[in-house]
Amino acid sequence: MIMLETENLSKTFLLHLQGGVRIDVLSGVDFHVSAGECVALTGPSGAGKTTLLRSLYGNYRAAGGAIRVRHEGRMVDIVTASPRLVVEVRDRTLGYVSQFLRVVPRVSALDIVADAARGLSPDEARVKAAELLRRLHIPTRLHGLPPATFSGGEQQRINLARGFIGSHPILLLDEPTASLDNANRDIVIEMIREARASGKAIIGIFHDTHVRDATADRVFHVSPLQDAA
Amino acid sequence: MTDETLLSARNLNLHFGAVPALVNVNADLWPGEVLAIVGESGSGKTTLLNVLSGRMAPQSGTVWYRDSEGVQSDVHAMSAPSLRALHRSDWGFVHQNPRDNLRMGVSAGGNVGERLMAQGSRHYGSIREEAIRWLAQVEIDEARVDDLPRTFSGGMLQRLQIARTLVTHPRLVFMDEPTGGLDVSVQARLLDLIRTLVRRLGIAVVLVTHDLAVARLLAHRVMVMQRGVVVETGLTDQVLDDPQHPYTQLLVSSVLAA
Repeated sequence: MIMLETENLSKTFLLHLQGGVRIDVLSGVDFHVSAGECVALTGPSGAGKTTLLRSLYGNYRAAGGAIRVRHEGRMVDIVTASPRLVVEVRDRTLGYVSQFLRVVPRVSALDIVADAARGLSPDEARVKAAELLRRLHIPTRLHGLPPATFSGGEQQRINLARGFIGSHPILLLDEPTASLDNANRDIVIEMIREARASGKAIIGIFHDTHVRDATADRVFHVSPLQDAA
Repeated sequence: MTDETLLSARNLNLHFGAVPALVNVNADLWPGEVLAIVGESGSGKTTLLNVLSGRMAPQSGTVWYRDSEGVQSDVHAMSAPSLRALHRSDWGFVHQNPRDNLRMGVSAGGNVGERLMAQGSRHYGSIREEAIRWLAQVEIDEARVDDLPRTFSGGMLQRLQIARTLVTHPRLVFMDEPTGGLDVSVQARLLDLIRTLVRRLGIAVVLVTHDLAVARLLAHRVMVMQRGVVVETGLTDQVLDDPQHPYTQLLVSSVLAA
């Protein structure tokens, strides 16, 4: 079952402050991902992998084409959906793990993660959050602290816990293992494989070929536009 | 997801002499949603807040509010007593300067309790209890309940104003630069508090701020205003990360990190 598909997707940045420079990043992108499948986006640096991922999430506004997401039994086009509907789709269907954690002042690591849970009572969410953090080797003594002062690897793992706790049917991962050591990298591989086995659709950017080979069913190559033209 | 808006504005226009403050402004707010109005000083954002909340009349255009019974009314066609009643019950207004809202000669507990009394509560003991409960929610020590606000710091005054506003469980709160003029550390605490309370109570908020980081932290959607015109509107992270309009690109690129 197709969970997400794009049709003729394009993305252009028009930089008004730089004299109206126009940068075409994506053009004619057609791809799809099904339930229980993990697709890795590949391509050289600057080809537009992150731009594609961010467009799928509605963080970037597509210039043209469609991004259809299976949301509660119907296909919603992220490109034309109202902002409120996109908020709802992100809440229930589409999860996103960015490379960097955006810290909220004063909020503890545990609450940042628990906050992203869905369909759980606050207490259940905190229990699940603590489990996930422990699985990702974040020691219990750090759970109550705001992660602003945590290391890059620790922040990334909090971000991952936050991304996985929601159990969204579709998960977008941008370099989920970039600043992790091997032990933690292997945990993340395990978590991605479990999510895939439980029927989630996953789209990821993995520079680490070991992670890619261990998780992805297939790759989708993003070519830089100037090369393709 | 309900399609019925809580607040809707259509074709609002207002000029101060030759200066356009609102030019054909449309806005919609749904229950439980936080909408930020951003822009520089003089862009018309506070004027829009005042017009949406009925505190200032537009030269043309309409603001509709839908009450808990589902009945829509034209905010600017209401009688003054009805509008005041709305401000006392369904609505709240958080001013940039808490002194504009608080009664400085009345105790902290009295400031919170007064809103309850205005709604018809009469039992002194339960009003005081509720006031103390709300002071705790905004992290003001119970021991300060009988102190006058003039002995409070700026951050405490702002928290007291928030307790006074939220004690009656409004459905819609208007906020004008609620963290303006506060130290950064005090701002962070206040923002976290607003964010938590607004989500827990499911309140809809129209928030005016010139600080894009505040919009990012609190708002689902933003409207960007320039010289009275809404130049861009959309999901908060989309508008801030992929701004389309030249003015929004300028705003976003002018801050260190939003």
